[in-house]
Amino acid sequence: MINLAGRDVLHGWGKFLFTGIGLGLLIGATLTMAGVFRGMVDDGQVLIDNSGADLWVVQQGTLGPYAEPSSIRDDAWRGIAGIQGVAETGNAAYLTIQMAHAGKDTRVMIVGIEVDRPETGGRPGAPPYLTAGRPILQGHYEAIADERTGLALGERVKIRRHDYTVVGLTRRMVSSSGDPMIFVPLKDAQEIQFLKDNDALVNERARTAANPAFNRPGIPGLLEAAQASVSQARSVNTVLVRLAPGADAEAVAGEIQRWKRLTAYTKAQMEDILVAKLIATSAKQIGMFLVILAIVTAAIVAFIIYTMTLAKVREIAVLKLIGAKNRIIAGMILQQALALGVIGFLVGRIAAGLWGPAFPKYVLLLPQDALSGFAIVMTICALASSVAIRAALAIDPAEAIGG
Amino acid sequence: MDRLDNPPAICLTGLKKRYGTGDAAVDALKGVDMTIWPGEVVGLVGPSGSGKSTLLKCLGAVIEPTAGRMELAGEVIYDDAWKIPDLRALRRDRIGFVFQAPYLIPFLDVTDNVALLPMLAGQDNAAARKRALELLTALDVRHRAGAQVSQLSGGEQQRVAIARSLANHAPVILADEPTAPLDSERALTVVRILNDLARQYRTAIIVVTHDEKIIPTFKRIYHIRDGRTHEEAGEGRAI
Ligand SMILES: Nc1ncnc2c1ncn2[C@@H]1O[C@H](COP(=O)(O)OP(=O)(O)OP(=O)(O)O)[C@@H](O)[C@H]1O
Ligand SMILES: [Mg+2]
Repeated sequence: MINLAGRDVLHGWGKFLFTGIGLGLLIGATLTMAGVFRGMVDDGQVLIDNSGADLWVVQQGTLGPYAEPSSIRDDAWRGIAGIQGVAETGNAAYLTIQMAHAGKDTRVMIVGIEVDRPETGGRPGAPPYLTAGRPILQGHYEAIADERTGLALGERVKIRRHDYTVVGLTRRMVSSSGDPMIFVPLKDAQEIQFLKDNDALVNERARTAANPAFNRPGIPGLLEAAQASVSQARSVNTVLVRLAPGADAEAVAGEIQRWKRLTAYTKAQMEDILVAKLIATSAKQIGMFLVILAIVTAAIVAFIIYTMTLAKVREIAVLKLIGAKNRIIAGMILQQALALGVIGFLVGRIAAGLWGPAFPKYVLLLPQDALSGFAIVMTICALASSVAIRAALAIDPAEAIGG
Repeated sequence: MDRLDNPPAICLTGLKKRYGTGDAAVDALKGVDMTIWPGEVVGLVGPSGSGKSTLLKCLGAVIEPTAGRMELAGEVIYDDAWKIPDLRALRRDRIGFVFQAPYLIPFLDVTDNVALLPMLAGQDNAAARKRALELLTALDVRHRAGAQVSQLSGGEQQRVAIARSLANHAPVILADEPTAPLDSERALTVVRILNDLARQYRTAIIVVTHDEKIIPTFKRIYHIRDGRTHEEAGEGRAI
């Protein structure tokens, strides 16, 4: 028996291929959507992994430092470092700013890290690997930038009040919302984050100076001390904790919470916050979109196959007249629907791979997603063809004869 | 001769067909009797709307009659109800169809259009194509065997359609105005081919026609008017 589906497709292959490509672009959009979601999850994962921390200690009762604001004293680490099982601590400050660079406005996350121990690979929070350059050695105005910021080694970049020199580059260091990171010394980050701008500072100083309480006769230096204490930043967002080998994360976290009036999260809990809580709404958003795209794809495939079948009413009537079984006719339509699905999927996968890197945020195309995508596409095509098959089986062989 | 040792290829008794119901009902056939022997080419003529196509469709198991009896080569296929379960297999194996417009499958080439029938009946591709080429040779379109259907002339298409109707050795061929789109010379060629095939393969052929040029070629003609037939001797003129 010859393959009727194949012969029909070959007879009008241009049209068939064109339709398949159109469908493919739609499938490509769907795969990309799934890739965007995977990218978001992966960004969160990478953020957690690359921080080099086993515990995140944050302001009591907050989901900090990524999902909620958290502020703790920058000497809180002293108490934490003394707890059994803690190997190393690192203060870290995070803030997202809009950075003007090379005529473009880029959203970046400034990460303040402790830079006192570059020789041991830095404290927790420092980038775990550099693609170029060196770690931050100076206490001020040096930066390590993620490659996606577009910054080059040795370049100088203005962040708020000061210019920073890019001494190192790193890769895949992004915030939970996908913004590339710039690492700077903690003191600089604190200044950027907690210091007020000049006007606010001048205003506040004037207010303090005008306060009679700070101007008591006979207490020289009181005003100056008060001024210094308000204008100095003493907060960080989190203390990152690296555990000693064999230490139980849950136990240490419990210890920190009990004694320090702070909240401590383990890696698993942080993952839950970042992946489950922080992007939960986006995930639903994308899930919704995927469902709609699947329905649209199904509708389009059904429509295409239905139209292709209706264009063959006469041929199908002749086939029935000369004795072709329903199985042969249904098989012809089903095979064409599946072939369309295969073309569409291949085109879609290639398209997604081509345009994925052009997306501003990370698009992660997982083979298992492609595989389930393929299965879904084939199922949709098979289901969609049933409409056309029903129509074909209802065709009257008498139509082949006419009057 | 056939009439003595073989049953008629086609035998209709009191065949009726009513389209629709109630006020909209049309009685297209009101009791048709007809007997056709193997090897015969019989004309079926009548005014438009007299029920010619309806008769062929009933006989070809394409539509269901309302009442009466139909026999093919002695086997009762209809007696107020279908007497065989698989009408498609009946059409595939025992009826050849030739229509006014020779509906070939456009996405198959000439050979496969003919070979499709034996393939549907379960023959392997090589045997089916061999059979197709034999028939194309017999019908003088062998040289177009590899062509696309759309590249054939009307007469060539009609001959391919006839080849297809013969592909499964059907004992009965039903031809509904097979010469309508052809000029008189080609029309006569088609009729000559049908006569040759009837003689060669003992096929019973019914040709519905309005065509004045070919009516004189039939030895026997059934006239149909108002849903009833009556038989008449034709001139049986040689072509
Ligand atoms: N599917 C149908 N439904 C209802 N009435 C029909 C149908 N097919 C045919 N008829 C009617 O049955 C009668 C016979 O029609 P038929 O097609 O058999 O005529 P015909 O002899 O082939 O005519 P023509 O020479 O014009 O082809 C006509 O009155 C026609 O209107
Ligand atoms: Mg007719």
